[in-house]
Amino acid sequence: MNDLRDLYQQIILDHNRNPRNYHELPEATKRVEGYNPLCGDHYTIFVDLDGDVIKDVAFTGNGCAISKSSASVMTTAVKGKRTEEAQKLFDTFHKLVTGEPAGLSEAELGRLAAFSGVSEFPARVKCAILAWHTLHSALQNEQEVVTTE
Amino acid sequence: MTAVLQEKKTYDVAKIRRDFPILNRSIRGKKLVYLDNAATTQKPQAVIDRIVRYYTEENSNVHRGVHYLSEVATAAYESSRTTVKRFINARDEKEIVFTRGTTEGINLVASSWGRRNLRAGDEVLITAIEHHSNIVPWQLLCEETGAKLRIVPVNDAGELVLDEYARLLTRKVKLVAFGHASNALGTINPVKRMTAMAHENGAVVLIDGAQGVPHLTVDVQDIDCDFYAFSAHKVYGPTGIGVLYGKQALLDAMPPYQGGGDMILSVSFEKTTYNALPYKFEAGTPDIAGVVGLAAALDYVSSLGLPNIAAHEHDLLLYATSSLKSIDGVRIIGTAAEKASVISFTLEGVHPHDIGTILDQEGVAIRTGHHCAQPLMMRFNVPATGRASFGLYNTREEADALVAALHKTIEVFRG
Repeated sequence: MNDLRDLYQQIILDHNRNPRNYHELPEATKRVEGYNPLCGDHYTIFVDLDGDVIKDVAFTGNGCAISKSSASVMTTAVKGKRTEEAQKLFDTFHKLVTGEPAGLSEAELGRLAAFSGVSEFPARVKCAILAWHTLHSALQNEQEVVTTE
Repeated sequence: MTAVLQEKKTYDVAKIRRDFPILNRSIRGKKLVYLDNAATTQKPQAVIDRIVRYYTEENSNVHRGVHYLSEVATAAYESSRTTVKRFINARDEKEIVFTRGTTEGINLVASSWGRRNLRAGDEVLITAIEHHSNIVPWQLLCEETGAKLRIVPVNDAGELVLDEYARLLTRKVKLVAFGHASNALGTINPVKRMTAMAHENGAVVLIDGAQGVPHLTVDVQDIDCDFYAFSAHKVYGPTGIGVLYGKQALLDAMPPYQGGGDMILSVSFEKTTYNALPYKFEAGTPDIAGVVGLAAALDYVSSLGLPNIAAHEHDLLLYATSSLKSIDGVRIIGTAAEKASVISFTLEGVHPHDIGTILDQEGVAIRTGHHCAQPLMMRFNVPATGRASFGLYNTREEADALVAALHKTIEVFRG
């Protein structure tokens, strides 16, 4: 049961139940879809850029608790950040969920630390990373549907 | 009452479980509860031993050498064909083609029979509850030939709407393909009746038997289907091997599927003469160990008796269905009157993948996802489901373990 609580931490369950920034963003400058066909996890990430600042970010879609809470936490983590900072967070998050040393303390990781348990569940890494890859793709100006399978 | 008691007595599940070494292992410190039999079944010691014996004592190429081992391997390979023929009651060994599995069997028919016989304007009729392997080969064929793919709809219980089937069965339909039992919902289709209806309209019938053979007594002559494809690994045999049954007259008229060794009589650069059935469809060195392993699996199933297995599984189906229904928020997808021991379900507020992960921590293995049946998931308006599928070695206690693990899931999620 301990392992399960490591994966399904309160923050994850909370963001799954009440996802933040969970709506469309009609004025978004970028809109990219993330889809894992095997799972059926399917999200759209909306990014409103002001120069290189993420003025607003939101998402819609559905999937498992890990993918949905990850998308929700991500929006709260990158809102107001410069794109460069968001890319760094993407790298950090990637390391965190794949079990590589992220080089940051829990305090620096903030809410993202809730996803550290994912690395113990290899089959679920793709769920946690889907929204981040989608955001990454949006910031890279790639328009095709993103998948992490 | 006496009959029931006798059945219970002869079907000794505790003893049967000892035939499957993997069932002894623990997963994450918990006893393995394997409820993913519709994906693949575990293998009895008899099958494992047979494959080891083949490689230890008999390994050689078939139909080629004149040396002793080649004769032994050929005899083992061909007697396995006879075992399959008997198991599904085909008329002749010539009608039994070894394939890599159900998928290859369906592709063989689509490619060989389909390309030869379909024209623009013709129709292929499949159903809304098919596995992707009984959808995509027909889509490819239709794209190539200009034929149209038509779909028999399914009702809310997961049963095919036979009136619609009758309506769709026009003279344009040249081939009808449907599953014997649905991997995603468990629905058992009235295959004999559906075959007769198709034949009345002059259509050829292919049955995807992947989920039929493990649970039902299959008699291809009684069903009267033209093709029947199944996989060894769903019926306690090895992966990578399967069977395509086809009526001899149809197979005879079909061009080869692949070219290579074993499927020819003579080759010159001017003209190649193809081998007789079934070798015409078995190009290249086959999976000989897989074939003898398949025969060992069918012998094992026969030794228990399919009617006994079916009765045991039906008991588990009813027991597990009623236990699952008692859980608050569980919705069972697929409530057909005739069902194999497959239960698809959703749990309110919890995505199937989260269910799968939590159940796995409890040692309970189920499948979660779309079960390679995305159109069907759309029909029932769910992105995915959890699926518990029971095999000949499962027990009521394992159904209880599933229910307990689902309660734990609810505890984690609803706190």
